[in-house]
Amino acid sequence: MLERIHKAQILMDKACQSLARQINIMEVCGTHTVSIFRSGIASTMPARMKLLSGPGCPVCVTPLGYINLVLELAKKKNVLIATYGDMVRVPGSNGSLEKQNNNNVRIVLSSEDALQLAKDNPDKVIVFVAVGFETTTPATAVAVSEADELGIDNFCILSGHKRVIPAMQALLSDKNNRIDAFLCPGHVTVIIGSDAYHPIVSQFAKPCVVAGFEPMQIIQGLGEISRQLIEQKAEVKSVYEAVVTQSGNTTAQKVIESCFEPEDGYWRGLGKIEKSTYKLRPEYSRFDTCKRFGVEEKPVDDTSGCRCGEVLCGLIEPPQCALFGKKCSPDTPVGPCMVSSEGACAAWFKYRPKGKQAQ
Amino acid sequence: MSVEQPHKILLAHGGGGRLTDQLIRQHILPKLKNDTIAELADAAKLNLSSPQVCFSTDSYVVKPLFFNGGDIGKLAVCGTINDLAVSGAKPVALSLSLIIEEGLEINLLDKILSSAATAARDNNVLIVAGDTKVVEAGAADKIFINTAGIGERLPGVDLGLDKVAVGDKVLLSGTIGDHGMTIISQREDIKFQTQIKSDCAALAELTCSILENTKGVKFMRDPTRGGLASTLNEIVTGSGRAIEINETDIPANLPVRAAAEMLGFDVLNIANEGKFVAIVSPDSAEQALNICKKHPLGKDAAIIGRVIEALKAPLVELITKIGGRRIVQMPYGRELPRIC
Repeated sequence: MLERIHKAQILMDKACQSLARQINIMEVCGTHTVSIFRSGIASTMPARMKLLSGPGCPVCVTPLGYINLVLELAKKKNVLIATYGDMVRVPGSNGSLEKQNNNNVRIVLSSEDALQLAKDNPDKVIVFVAVGFETTTPATAVAVSEADELGIDNFCILSGHKRVIPAMQALLSDKNNRIDAFLCPGHVTVIIGSDAYHPIVSQFAKPCVVAGFEPMQIIQGLGEISRQLIEQKAEVKSVYEAVVTQSGNTTAQKVIESCFEPEDGYWRGLGKIEKSTYKLRPEYSRFDTCKRFGVEEKPVDDTSGCRCGEVLCGLIEPPQCALFGKKCSPDTPVGPCMVSSEGACAAWFKYRPKGKQAQ
Repeated sequence: MSVEQPHKILLAHGGGGRLTDQLIRQHILPKLKNDTIAELADAAKLNLSSPQVCFSTDSYVVKPLFFNGGDIGKLAVCGTINDLAVSGAKPVALSLSLIIEEGLEINLLDKILSSAATAARDNNVLIVAGDTKVVEAGAADKIFINTAGIGERLPGVDLGLDKVAVGDKVLLSGTIGDHGMTIISQREDIKFQTQIKSDCAALAELTCSILENTKGVKFMRDPTRGGLASTLNEIVTGSGRAIEINETDIPANLPVRAAAEMLGFDVLNIANEGKFVAIVSPDSAEQALNICKKHPLGKDAAIIGRVIEALKAPLVELITKIGGRRIVQMPYGRELPRIC
């Protein structure tokens, strides 16, 4: 193992020498972020090679307007909010589900659990807070189609599902971006397939390398990115070949397509991105929370001073935010990146590398 | 006059009348079986041989009450024994106080008391005092237990964080995360739970054996709530020294690692109920390790790191499998499961 690490390190060093400037590599997956911090990968890399945590954590990319909408729905009588755990603590403009404490929030581990809640509570309407990328979208789709088949009418979803590729394209389209390459998410790519990155490579000439979540696989991915940078190439490559295919999981893709269609939607930090979110197809609109309750997600300005948006775009590192480690900590999070264990701010706070302390 | 015993605990069981008396005489005393408690005096009289005693107390509110590897009764006895053991004492006697929610099935109470009694007997500790209160339904969750314990300090043993010095070794008595992951997976009704078993056990025999046979133990603590991460952080904060541990040397069972990974927990933060961390001088470390390894509760023991000079602040640092470095923080409370 040490030999493979050493090999990758040599490539990283060479890349830094050959580009003669700082190299920024962005990961767009919360699991990568956690693995990178937990294994101390940054401490094994050359000083001039930097890892940026991009919009890869589903909780973090969910915009304030969506959170506010969830909080509004949680105030309604006869509504049960079914949500993944992290969302409970994400602050909206005015409190969080946890602080609101209406005793109508149920933490679920899957969309199936949310549907079960609907079966068990026929006198309540279950609103499933459906967030996540292409990895969790198929499971939501399955729950919706099951609800449809079983004629369950007290179940609806608030789709916050997002697509990774449009976000990566939006980041690179910003002229202030400083991204040299992407370390692409393993789980998402299992679903969408590595071919999905070809438009990024051809349009922006940035290497896209898919890696698994073991520290060794990440280092191997960084080695491959370095090789491409040295050779001035930009290719789609997977070092996670055991599970990632070029075309992805076509069954899961079909499940998504049968239920959802892309629409223009909001991201924290990135604003509105074309065709970047999933909404239910018209034939499933009765499961759409917004239609059922006549509400909609509105863009909201964040006045808390939180700079999660800039962190997600790789424009700043968490300690550069004035709130980091002071007003904002895992105990008292101001922004979502400090709430989620996969958020860049929480990971930085918890595992901050030696010599890079907050204060 | 005898009163027919109901199957469930009633408020009257805590009322100090006949039902209370029957509960004590028929369900509690026969299990604890010792002359001191049988006197039912207001206080137990103890004859201690050492003038130096250690005294500790802890309350137990675990949910579920019964888990793979133990239950609240065993936990309440072992937990307080362990607090005495890691303080360098030989546990002698415990008190056992029950706060019971009205409606608890009496056969569950019997099971809990039996296992508390067995744990005490197995460790040569007497339960010499006790109390029973019953609260109305909803005012407690089935049963809460408090135990307090007295132990005799081993002669010549004086443990303290002030003795921790640069170069000392960090000894861990076995695998981490077993108890916490058992509770979490049973609470969440996760299917892999059958493979994971709590490490709930009393450590006094092992700790006494180490302290009686080696001279270099400086400090001991059992990494319960907050796990190894909390305990090591307490040691660095209290001693002003830093600690460096090696990820590859930290023992953990594979199903525990996998479960923690799946649920987004760091195994370093997960509770243990049958493990201790010892800070040992370098010349005694191997000997202490060997004593551990010969004991069933210490067979997976390992030297996991060392005490180093603190640079800016006393921190716990982890050298990861890939040779990277990162800080191990005091966990900040309950971690939520990750969502994808």
